[in-house]
Amino acid sequence: MAIGTWLTTERGRAATLVVPPFVYALLLLAIPVGAVILFSFWTQDFMTVDRTFTLDNYREIATTPVYGLLLRRSLFVSGTVTIVTVLLAYPIAYFVSFHVPAHRKSLWLFLITIPFWTSYLIRVFLWKVILGYNGVINSGLQGLGIIDEPLTFILYNVNAVIITLAHAFAPFAILPIFVALEKIDRSLLEASQDLGETRLTTFLRVTLPLSMPGLVAAVLIVFIPTIGDYVTPELMGGAGGKLIANMIQTQFLQLNNAPLGAALALVAMVSVTAISLVFILLNRRWLRGR
Amino acid sequence: MLRGYAVLYLIFLYAPIALLPIFAFNDGSIIAFPLQGFTTRWFSELWTNSALHNAVQNSLFIAVMTAVFATLLGICAARAGAMASFPGKQGILGFVMLPLVLPEIIVAVSLLIVLRQVLGLQLSNWSVIAAHVLICTPFSIAILNGAFQNLDPAMEEAAMDLGESRWSAFRLITLPLVMPGIVSSLLISFTISLDEFIIAFFLTGTNPTMPVYIWGLLRFPGQLPVVMALGTILVALSIILLTIAEYYRRRGLARAGVADTGGFL
Repeated sequence: MAIGTWLTTERGRAATLVVPPFVYALLLLAIPVGAVILFSFWTQDFMTVDRTFTLDNYREIATTPVYGLLLRRSLFVSGTVTIVTVLLAYPIAYFVSFHVPAHRKSLWLFLITIPFWTSYLIRVFLWKVILGYNGVINSGLQGLGIIDEPLTFILYNVNAVIITLAHAFAPFAILPIFVALEKIDRSLLEASQDLGETRLTTFLRVTLPLSMPGLVAAVLIVFIPTIGDYVTPELMGGAGGKLIANMIQTQFLQLNNAPLGAALALVAMVSVTAISLVFILLNRRWLRGR
Repeated sequence: MLRGYAVLYLIFLYAPIALLPIFAFNDGSIIAFPLQGFTTRWFSELWTNSALHNAVQNSLFIAVMTAVFATLLGICAARAGAMASFPGKQGILGFVMLPLVLPEIIVAVSLLIVLRQVLGLQLSNWSVIAAHVLICTPFSIAILNGAFQNLDPAMEEAAMDLGESRWSAFRLITLPLVMPGIVSSLLISFTISLDEFIIAFFLTGTNPTMPVYIWGLLRFPGQLPVVMALGTILVALSIILLTIAEYYRRRGLARAGVADTGGFL
């Protein structure tokens, strides 16, 4: 088709408009990820990269206990953060959708999203100030005479990482659930109660199933990115709270072993994707027709 | 009860930020209670720190470039999204939105490999810009989708029936109507880029961006009060920018004549 007639149809113009963002994502996302896959099958030979195809990196990951340990810990932390964040977020999304008057809803959402847009590094660091040995919680509790010794289970370990990440990803969980709740036809709830359901059973049998797409989206949007965070474990995790992302970062920026780092990044990525797919499959009956 | 929980939750969300100004004005070099007294010297130290000024300049340049390019790509995708469908359109638009759910370290690592190992380029501000445009474009599209999808296509058609060309109909009719969305997208992309650390740490050249510089400071206990002062300014700045963005987003919705139903995403 000649370019002249191509641009006279709306389809043709839409297809032309989509080219720049598509090509950009292709060049800066698809091709680089392809390069990562390729690199993971090569090896670092001191300063140069040896380009013979090999599974050595994957063999090393499978046989060195520390990589398995870090990966399992990362998946545990991401999973726990996801559960905590989504459970804490659901009532908020429910409150804003069902109990806040329509004209105040965007104000509430605005208040919820603001902390998320403020300097991430400094926010993580401030959790250290809150949870630390002479931090807000410990000096507060000691001042009140509730504890004699500072609490140590909330700093420089996995718990601290979980608390900080649950805080950082809160808006990510609230917004998709809120959007799903907003779409629910309110007359269905009335109908349910007219037919004799209590408020609780109405929630369990009508509201909750209808909000499942939002819940699933919230789970994925928290679970997948948390695997890639190395800031929080570095600042909050101490020696026992390091995660797979810290190892990836170390391989790339300190040990100069890009191929092994690439293989680790892929293993982490494939693990979260596989778990996410299983999760979607388990929930597919709630997602049908959407 | 639900309301009480919501208030507690907001306190949890705001607790870390609320501490920032407290320690920024605290006259003690250790970030801990009890407080020592009032001072503004941490702020005056900011003015004399030339390494910080360079980092801020880098970050501002990166954030402005990112905002412009991400919004341009966002306009293309959002406008195409509101137009007639063609085979594969949903797949393509979904692919462009992918960086929204991708772990940032994957973006960082893959671009590092391509730039350094495959192309053999030196890292610079532009490598950070390239990555930031990639992660900001989905946010821009999400914001602009709201603006474009609420437009009535009849208005542009009417302008063309009255003799305007396709481009001038877009410029004179559509552009003013989506302008609030564009401003909102620029501000959000700017804010994301200014604050982004995970990718910038991998891709920054010899001149660090502001978050990379802050990361360096966090290792020196003596520098922490200065970080608090800087953080206070940044938080104030983000809140101002976001309030303006929210104002424009709402104005855009009002112009398109639709009810306001949600936030940025």
